[in-house]
Amino acid sequence: MEIIIIIAQLILFIVIAPLLSGLVSKLKNNIRMRKGQSIFQPYYNLIKLFSKEEVVSETASWIFKAAPFVVFSAMLTAATLIPVFIASPLHRMGDFLALIFIFALGRFFMALAALDTGSSFGGMGASREMFISSLVEPAFCLVVFSIFLQFGSTDISVFGAAHPVSVCSIVAAFALFMITLAETSRIPVDNQETHLELTMVHEAMALEYSGRSLALIELSAHIKQMILFFLIAQLVFPVNFCGFWILWYSARIMVIVIAVALVEVSVAKMRLFRVADFLGFAFVLAMIAVVCAVLGV
Amino acid sequence: MLDFLPQQIFQFDPLALFFLCVIFIVCLPSAIYSFGYLKGKYSSSKITLSWFLLVVFVLSMAAVVSVGNALIFLVAWEIMSLVSYFLVVFDTTHEKSIQAGMIYIIMTHIGTAFLVAAFLILYQQAHSFDFMAIKNACLVMPARTKDIVFLLLLAGFGTKAGIVPLHVWLPYAHPQAPSHISSIMSGVMIKTAIYGIIRFVIFLLGVNSSWWGILILILAVISCLAGIIYALMDRDIKRLLAYSSVENIGIILLGVGLAMLFISKRMPYLAVFSLIAGFYHLVNHAIFKGLLFLCAGSVYKATGTRDIEKLGGLIKKMPQTAVYFLLGAMAISALPPLNGFVSEWLTLQAFFLGAFNSTGGMKLFLGICAALLALTGGLAAACFVKGFGVSFLGLPRSHYAESAKEISLSMKLGMFFLSLLAVVFGLAASLIIKLLARVAGAAMNIDVSSMSFSLNNFTLSPQIGEGAYISAPLLGLWLIVLGAAGFAIYKLFGKRRRVYKTWDCGYYKLDARNEYTATAFSKPFRIAFSFFLLPYRKTQKIRESFYHVKSITYETYTTKVFKKYIYEPLLALVFRSAKSMRRLQPGSIHLYLGYIFVTLLLLVIFTR
Repeated sequence: MEIIIIIAQLILFIVIAPLLSGLVSKLKNNIRMRKGQSIFQPYYNLIKLFSKEEVVSETASWIFKAAPFVVFSAMLTAATLIPVFIASPLHRMGDFLALIFIFALGRFFMALAALDTGSSFGGMGASREMFISSLVEPAFCLVVFSIFLQFGSTDISVFGAAHPVSVCSIVAAFALFMITLAETSRIPVDNQETHLELTMVHEAMALEYSGRSLALIELSAHIKQMILFFLIAQLVFPVNFCGFWILWYSARIMVIVIAVALVEVSVAKMRLFRVADFLGFAFVLAMIAVVCAVLGV
Repeated sequence: MLDFLPQQIFQFDPLALFFLCVIFIVCLPSAIYSFGYLKGKYSSSKITLSWFLLVVFVLSMAAVVSVGNALIFLVAWEIMSLVSYFLVVFDTTHEKSIQAGMIYIIMTHIGTAFLVAAFLILYQQAHSFDFMAIKNACLVMPARTKDIVFLLLLAGFGTKAGIVPLHVWLPYAHPQAPSHISSIMSGVMIKTAIYGIIRFVIFLLGVNSSWWGILILILAVISCLAGIIYALMDRDIKRLLAYSSVENIGIILLGVGLAMLFISKRMPYLAVFSLIAGFYHLVNHAIFKGLLFLCAGSVYKATGTRDIEKLGGLIKKMPQTAVYFLLGAMAISALPPLNGFVSEWLTLQAFFLGAFNSTGGMKLFLGICAALLALTGGLAAACFVKGFGVSFLGLPRSHYAESAKEISLSMKLGMFFLSLLAVVFGLAASLIIKLLARVAGAAMNIDVSSMSFSLNNFTLSPQIGEGAYISAPLLGLWLIVLGAAGFAIYKLFGKRRRVYKTWDCGYYKLDARNEYTATAFSKPFRIAFSFFLLPYRKTQKIRESFYHVKSITYETYTTKVFKKYIYEPLLALVFRSAKSMRRLQPGSIHLYLGYIFVTLLLLVIFTR
């Protein structure tokens, strides 16, 4: 029984995740008074990519070919840990801290694959991605720490149950929001919409990918985004996981989507070295969340 | 009368046995590896010499961890240091080896001097060098004396372990030795210092004030960050690994320091758990650092260079070495489901649980330490993406890398064994943790029979009752299943695939000169940590005219702050005082007779 629920959850993540990206993109365009693409555009992109021929660089080794599967499986593994239909799907497998390490696994292979083709764009992307992620990790760790101090466990299922919203979780959610912007390559850290060589990070790493491999990588990025949105939503709008709270689910995720879209249209992209300040601020926010947790508010 | 003679020479308690296991786990594959490594690189008489030195080295390390007497400990310690000195200067033709050996022998003897001082104080208290007698004497030792002994021991063992700022010798000495020796030095020898700290400070001295643990935690965090930042900047593959050893010693000491903190706070469960985390990382670091040094040695042997800017594309020339290096890099970057992941998770959990059971400021302190450990983890991942990516992937950057060939069977065997262990120690975490609990219990005199750190044979769970779990085997299995699912989806959608050149922006030919270099890779970090690295560069332009620059040389450096602001002033002071002392010895026989006369007079006055 449990295994069916887990598979259903994974399919849900695969099916819904691209929609969130489509929604953010549509919202951004509407705020800018543009018509914008359909919210289903990410699906069209994926279908197009899956049906296209793939071009592999002659310099590339097996790392380049294997990386999409590693990234995909890491993101799905992370998605398995998130409580959606039941409070604890496979929670014996890993906890909140393990989530950080699982994200790192995907990122590690993505960065290696970027170096594998011998293109300088790849190297640039890999270098920047590892730089940003190494600054994200301490802030993420502190967010987990503040949650741990509140609930007494790093188990995600404990955090998944309904709990009173405290000052600590709101501050932690803000820190996590900033982390999410960095991890999902959004403005002000990165920009998903351009291929400008001076600024791109995630796109630079995926530059040599095409066809099915690129589709897997993009799908993984969507899934990662959905996981992070979910975690923020659970911090500020906690629900108990008994049954299908479809409406409430969608509503709270929508709030995050709107927030991301608003931030993306109202903030300019930062220089790479100012990202350190941005993430430093996320770190400080997480620190404040820890202080709140210590004070018990 | 002769009470300094030993009552018992050897003492095989769980702590000693654990360290013996660690020594042999790394030394055996390294010895196998050295068959292939030494062949063709050195003359046959030198190979014989190296075997002799290796055997003495291993035996002396084994003696260090298993003797039960401080005096014999010191003798074994000195033999270990001296033999490793001879191994560091084994490549006598290299100017650098001699210099590295010099720094090493000076630093290691400064360390030993601290140890001798500590042992003399202990002897004065216990009137014996036997561990048991010292242990009994320590129960009644005044707290002030204990503090002094602790600080002396910390300085002495810290020098050997490579704690920042006593780490300066490590990045010189470790890379300069032959690679199988580097792997033993980094994998095992520096661990004997951790053994020393646990044996003398925790086991014999007994921790009773909490500032000991806090001091170790602070030093450990500094070691972690400084070590990994330097590793990230380095382009010599073996020196990169040596700096990363400084970082990992820091992570091990985080576990040890936490354990000391919890002992002083009378929290036995947490103390045992933290020490388990430290032990686990210790054995893991021995495995993956041993492995990585062997891989680096293979690269060095195959290409003749250690500069990663001259490597590249080795994954095609040396496919097996590449797999082993990748496994080592993944393990050291704490990626699931390998062994480094388990021990870093345990260390983070130890911090979290410790914070949960402390109050106020201590919570914040432990939280910040945990966050800095996470930062270290992120930087380590970046460092090994650089180390593996630049040297093994992409295009060969020089003829050294182009002419590389896969290495011989015995070398592969050594690396295979260690990479297998890296996987096994990840998957079998629950079983290993049970053994480590007994070792930790024995080291701290805590009964561990009622404590359990795992749910079953596959799942770890540090918190009793409801709590966090990880299961490395399940994670590994699930990753493989989902990866296979991804592969199935991939295969489902057509088979069309074309091999073509890397996109070159319409430029006519993309070659290795267009690739991203290791220096470029680490540039964002160099800028972000510029307050610590103090980078500077030298640019030299040769011009034909104002408008036409014929050639440009560009060099970038980082300042080694500890060397520049601690060691160089210290050295200058030593030289200055030596110079002023020389005035006492002007070469005049009359003055010397005068000295003798004055000495005699003083003796007559004072020894009346």
